[in-house]
Parts: sequence; structure tokens; C-alpha cells
Amino acid sequence: MEISVFILFMAAVFTSNILLTNFLGMCSYLSVSKQIESSIGLGIAVFFVMTCTTALNYAVYYFILVPLDLVYLQYIIFIIVIAAFVQLTEMVIERFSPVLYYSLGIFLPLITVNCAILGVSLFMIIRHYTFIQSVAFGAGSGIGWMLAILALAGIRERVNEKFVPAGLRGAALSLIITGIMALGFIGLSGIAVIQ
Amino acid sequence: MILSILVTIGIAAGIGGFLALLLVIAESTLANYGECKITINGKKELRVKGGSSLLTLLNNNKIFLSSACGGRGSCGFCKCKVLEGGGPLLPTETPFLDEEEKKNNVRLACQVKVKQDIKIEIPEDIFAVQEFTGKVTKIRDLTYDIKEMSIELTTPKKIDFKAGQYVQFVAPRYEKSRQPVTRAYSISSSPEKKNTIQLIIKKVPEGLCTTYIHEYLKEGDTVFFTGPFGDFIIKDTQNDMLFAAGGSGKAPIKSMLEFLNTHSSKRRMVYFFGARTKKDLYLTDLFEKLENELKNFVYVPILSQTEENSGWKGKTGYIMPYLKEYVKDAAHTEAYLCGSPGMIDAVKKELLELKISDDNIFYDSFS
Repeated sequence: MEISVFILFMAAVFTSNILLTNFLGMCSYLSVSKQIESSIGLGIAVFFVMTCTTALNYAVYYFILVPLDLVYLQYIIFIIVIAAFVQLTEMVIERFSPVLYYSLGIFLPLITVNCAILGVSLFMIIRHYTFIQSVAFGAGSGIGWMLAILALAGIRERVNEKFVPAGLRGAALSLIITGIMALGFIGLSGIAVIQ
Repeated sequence: MILSILVTIGIAAGIGGFLALLLVIAESTLANYGECKITINGKKELRVKGGSSLLTLLNNNKIFLSSACGGRGSCGFCKCKVLEGGGPLLPTETPFLDEEEKKNNVRLACQVKVKQDIKIEIPEDIFAVQEFTGKVTKIRDLTYDIKEMSIELTTPKKIDFKAGQYVQFVAPRYEKSRQPVTRAYSISSSPEKKNTIQLIIKKVPEGLCTTYIHEYLKEGDTVFFTGPFGDFIIKDTQNDMLFAAGGSGKAPIKSMLEFLNTHSSKRRMVYFFGARTKKDLYLTDLFEKLENELKNFVYVPILSQTEENSGWKGKTGYIMPYLKEYVKDAAHTEAYLCGSPGMIDAVKKELLELKISDDNIFYDSFS
């Protein structure tokens, strides 16, 4: 697919934000967006894991699955790769940076089952990205996801100080906010289209 | 056909196996910290397998630092000084440490992972802490939501503690809790009785440990606890003593008063007990008996909510306004407070205004 890496990256962050246009990775997005601090932690973890697993899955897909004609195994293999990578990252961080481990530690296992991570790997295949494009797309989507959760956490912190009718409290209002945010991001979509 | 199925299974298993192997290698290299040495107070040395938390490793070696949450980093009890090899201070610890503790290298033992040789300092009396097994001999209702439990010790058969100290009771796995929970309860019986201890336990709604004791534990059951812990103990002086408690805060003070009674103390003492209504009062007979036996002791129950026709002739409202009636010589008065953090703060503030020195106010906060 002929698309410049930079455009792809920016599009993944803003116009085709994985969370706000594809609504992937909603569960952790809704549950960890109560405070800005923890949402930054999760955001960084998602960004890191997304970028690395996209690269790894690219290699696994094109060098193992395609030559052996086993493309239909991609779902299960991608998930295994993501899970193993998260485990490994956890051990490395624990060994070398206890401080980072304790601030990210609880979020890393959550990410294993974050569908946005798998989604990015699958989009990469469907849209026939090259390796460089895939990495840019992965990194961009990670930053885009972080941007979205940070925005929601900021709004929720403010809303929490205000009166909210009982029926709207919690997930209901969060979903309405997300919808309005999605509309806002759609406004940018004329700039670059990647899907 | 068969061949392609086999190839598929082989590849999927191969990739999975390769990743698993990678993790196993990582586990044995990255997560393997070898044998580490824990040096305690510069004299005792322990050789342990690294990688676990300091609290767990000390527990495995029969050194029981106090911990009410079981190592989750939510109670902040397991403080100890880590002089060397503890790594940087973690964000999970900072909420529990004040500036001075941070400067003195105080850490939470449950958060410090032993990854290299480490030097720590703990109070000497921690070595006296033991693991006990006992049999519940009696459970009786003190009020509608407070029970008194008597435990006869089986191994070891004897406990040495000071009046006011507490033990950590372990509730095993049961219907409402998938893992054992540990909670701290003050000993309410006198330290003179070394073979049996009593605990006073108020039911906390949804509380994992108190629900277990109130609804599941039966007489004759075997229970486990560690102890004794705590520095909420009687200071050996001849000063006046002012006790104040609320709710189940009676336990350590009952122990203290019974201890003072067996030693026929001549110290001037008062005990303010704050409760909501008449049905929240308990062990009144016992304290009236102590009033008769101890010459200089008065028991003052105070109710904050009195219904009409309840027949209550005693004091009403909160404890605070009544304190000044008792304090005669502020410089020679010690205060022992026990109850919820809110009650302790309020009483402490009032005592400081009555010019009682901060050094003479001791408390045990039940949160």
C-alpha cells in the first residue's frame, strides 16, 4: 500500500485513532480512566507493547505463517506472541527498573487481553503494510490510544466534582463522552484516510 | 490431508513451545537472583533464595514482622530499616512513610524484593514474636455486633505479652474469601493468663475476617495467629492515667486495667467509653467490679444517642467535653486512646488543648 510512513503515523494517532474510530480496547479504557496518573501508566504500557508486538507479529506472519500456508492460524499465534512478549517484558522491567515495574506492573498483564493490541496486528495484515509502515502504525495507534484515555481521564476527573444524574453515572456517561470525542476526531478525518 | 493437519499442529505447538522455552530461560536467568544474605541488626544472618519479598522471606524464617494486610502494601505495618541493598524507594511505599522515615531508610518489607545481599534493622522484640496454634474454647455475644472469643493455646502452650499488645489472626479460605486473610486484634485478657487469650471482635459489614469469626467459626475449631505485636503498652510511671475508647476499642484497655488490678495499682485512673446507644455498651459489670476493687479508678460510659424512655442516667454526647473534669495535673497525666482514627484525632486535639504533652498520649488506631 502506497502511503508515506509519516502520514500513516499521524493518521493512526489522530484521524484513524484505534480507540475512537474502531472502538477497540474499550474494557481497560473504561476501567482505568478514573485518574490521569494511572491512565498515563497504562497508556505508556500499551504504546510500548503495541509497537513491539506489531513488529514481532509481522516477522512471525511473513516468515513463518505465509511460507507454510498457515495464515488462518494468525489469531491464535498473534495472541500467544503478545502474551509471551508481555510476560518477558515484565521480567526484564522487574530486574532492571523496580520503580517502573511498580508503576506499570499492574497494567502489563491487563494488556495481554487488550483487543486493540491484537487489532493493530490484524489491520497490519489486512491492509498489507510493509514492515516500516507496520511499526509506524503500531506506534501511532499506541500513542493515539494513550491520547484518548488521557482525554477521558481528564474529563472524568472534572466530571467527578460535579453533580451527575444517577442514571448517567459511571460507564454510561463515559460512553457518551467517548462518543462525543469520537465525533470530534472524525472532524479531522478529511486530512488523511487510511482505512 | 492428514499431513497438513499434522503440520499445522506441529507449527502451532512449535511456536508455542519456542516461546514457552524462551520464558523458562528468562525465568531462570532474569528472574533468578541466586542465594542472597539477609543481615539483621548486624548480627543474625539468613541465607535465602532471592526473588521474593523481604516480608515473605523473614516469615519463612520464623521472624514475624507485623502485617495486617498480608503483604498487599495496604496497611503499612511491616516497616523496617533497610540499610543496604533494598533498591530505590517505590511509589507503592511513599504514601506510608513520612519525611523522617524516608531519611532513615525505613521501608515496607512487603514491597522490598530481595535481589542481592541486604542489611536490615528491626526492633529486638520482633524476635519474641511466635506463631501460635490454638483451640476456640468459647465464643459469646457481648452486644448485637460484638463477640468475645477465647482461645486456648495448643502449640506453643504459653504466650508472653504486655497488656495492650495485639495478635494477628489468620482467617483461612472460606466461602467469602478465596485466600487466607490476616487481621490484627488486640488481646483483651490479662497478661497474667498465659495459656488462654481473649479477643473482642466487632463485626465489620463485608469484612472478610470478622465475618468469618462471627458467622463461620465455631467453638472447638483450630485457629492460627502470630504475636504479640505493638507498643501500645502501659508506661511504668506513677502518673495519672486517662483511658478513652470507642466500639471494640475496649479490648486493650480491659487487658491493661486487669493487669493494673492484679498489681493493685494506686495510680489515679479514669476510663471514658464512648458508645452510640445503650445496646452498644458491654462488659459493664466487669468495669463496675474493677471500680470497686481499684481504689482510684472510675468508669465513665458516655452515650451519643439516647432515646427517650431509655432510662439512661449517665453522661451523654461525646467524650471530649468531659475530659477536662478529670485532668488535674496535666504534666503528670498519661492518655491511652483506642478506637477509630476520627475519635482518636478528636480526643487527642482536646487533650493537647488541656496541655497534656504529645509524648504522653499513646494510641492504637483501629482502621
